[in-house]
Amino acid sequence: MKVLVTVKEVAEVADDFEIAGTEVDERYLEYDLNEWDDYAVEEAVQLKEDGPADEVVTVTIGPERAEETIRMALAKGADRAVRVWDDALEDVDMLDVETKTNLLAAVVEEEDPDLILTGVQSGDDALGATGVSLADQLGFQWGAVVNALDFDADAGVASVHRELEGGVEELTDIEIPAVLTIQTGINEPRYASLRGIRQAQSKEIAAKTLGDIGLDAGAVESDLTLTSMYEPESESDATIFEGDAGETAGQLAEVLREKGVAE
Amino acid sequence: MSDVLAVTEHRRGELRDVSYEVITAGRELADATGGDLHLAVISGDTERFAEDLDREGVDYIHTVSDGEEFNHDVYVQAIEALHAELDPEVVVMPNSVNGLDYAPAVANRLDLPLATDAVGMEYDGGLTVTREMYGSKVETAVEVGGDQQAVTVRGAEWPAAEGVGDAEISAFDVDIDTDAGSTVTGFEEVGGGDVDISEADFIVSIGRGIEEEENLDLIRDLVEATDATLASSRPIVDNGWLPKNRQVGQSGKVVTPTVYLAIGISGAVQHVAGMKGADNIIAVNTDPNAPIFDIADYGIVGDLFEVVPELIEQFS
Repeated sequence: MKVLVTVKEVAEVADDFEIAGTEVDERYLEYDLNEWDDYAVEEAVQLKEDGPADEVVTVTIGPERAEETIRMALAKGADRAVRVWDDALEDVDMLDVETKTNLLAAVVEEEDPDLILTGVQSGDDALGATGVSLADQLGFQWGAVVNALDFDADAGVASVHRELEGGVEELTDIEIPAVLTIQTGINEPRYASLRGIRQAQSKEIAAKTLGDIGLDAGAVESDLTLTSMYEPESESDATIFEGDAGETAGQLAEVLREKGVAE
Repeated sequence: MSDVLAVTEHRRGELRDVSYEVITAGRELADATGGDLHLAVISGDTERFAEDLDREGVDYIHTVSDGEEFNHDVYVQAIEALHAELDPEVVVMPNSVNGLDYAPAVANRLDLPLATDAVGMEYDGGLTVTREMYGSKVETAVEVGGDQQAVTVRGAEWPAAEGVGDAEISAFDVDIDTDAGSTVTGFEEVGGGDVDISEADFIVSIGRGIEEEENLDLIRDLVEATDATLASSRPIVDNGWLPKNRQVGQSGKVVTPTVYLAIGISGAVQHVAGMKGADNIIAVNTDPNAPIFDIADYGIVGDLFEVVPELIEQFS
């Protein structure tokens, strides 16, 4: 079985930052592997270690800079990577779900995986929709927000828990080919070993343009346009205790005594 | 084509709160587009649900009786058929776990632009949604193109619709293809065990700010000194540092203590959903812009590794 994992390099914003136009100023951004994708990669690598998967391929939509992040996924055990990028994508300020679906579906057609794992959402634009949209486009089965996965290789069925709200999980059996969107906490993502990092250097990252995957610029016209970005107004009317750690702790202790919860 | 179709949600025989919120969001939007508000009620006891949902502002309620519990194949096909019948300008769906299990497929199948997790919507000849990015650090205005759109709305952002409505309720027949490759086999309650944090009067809750598992001992010392109940935000449970029954938030427990002391918790919306009902919220966080301070009654902007030892000292 071949497992495809979608991974995204996401920007994280520093506590203090500035906005330039409709973007956070580049100086305040740090790039990292999307947290949810880290769990998806781990789940895929475990499927390989446990037997059902023969190969784990990652696919990323992102510029060359993203290769550093892709290497992290390779160092954790993915076998090889595909990275899609094109000049036509440079000017799109917010890739919509349809665009990502088109790009990923084109890669899926080339790779022909049996199981696709995506993160539930990305930490930056948090649309939370690509996995399910992709499944529908491909005619695959799907399950969103999966926090437990038990794969029966003989039957080709993924028995999953879907994490609903309020401490309730839905138990669902899903036939492959399927897309599962992976929730944090499903496993404990490993740290890349030194050996893994060394091996990752020689693993393939295949860069593909739109033309390489059989698409043209029309496939990436986004329907979402970011027209403004701003810091939400603080609605805080909290009483902030002033002073050093000892003084603030003293005031806090007073409040706890006043409310009658601690003596 | 100026109508709005809002999709409701239920689980195990009960309508979920967001069902009443999509009515409010949908009504506001329909007032702006100049159209009618249609509700879709899919699966389960649709007649009873439809009566409950007939609140002020609803014009039409369409019930699709196929199935009992949520199934994304039924939802996608029902909404697809309703969309063809009603030709609405906007479909409004909940940004819930189940909403995210069908809304992207609906959008893909109907070729609709999709904006998820909206916290605001404005219509002025075209649709603009307000949504957050970078874990609530910024808000954005996003124009959603196309003639027709799909939106999912965040829970608890719009007030629940009230009053008694005068909607026309009718059954909508859809030929649902049930030959699906996914089968719901049951439900499981998680987070049971030795303690029920939802009963606690004083909760000390810890988040990502604790950095390392061994640092939890510091918080345990505080819990012991103050006779509090220990809880946490999601990342601590994801890391396996505390069991699931300690998790406060949308996917964990909802708590309503007299005092909720949030230490090193930024206050993501999913966490806030589980603790905003506390009588008093106190936050300790190094980031003065952390959203937790928006709902806090008292706060310390400071390093928990300096503040917590001093606090323990106060009760020793």
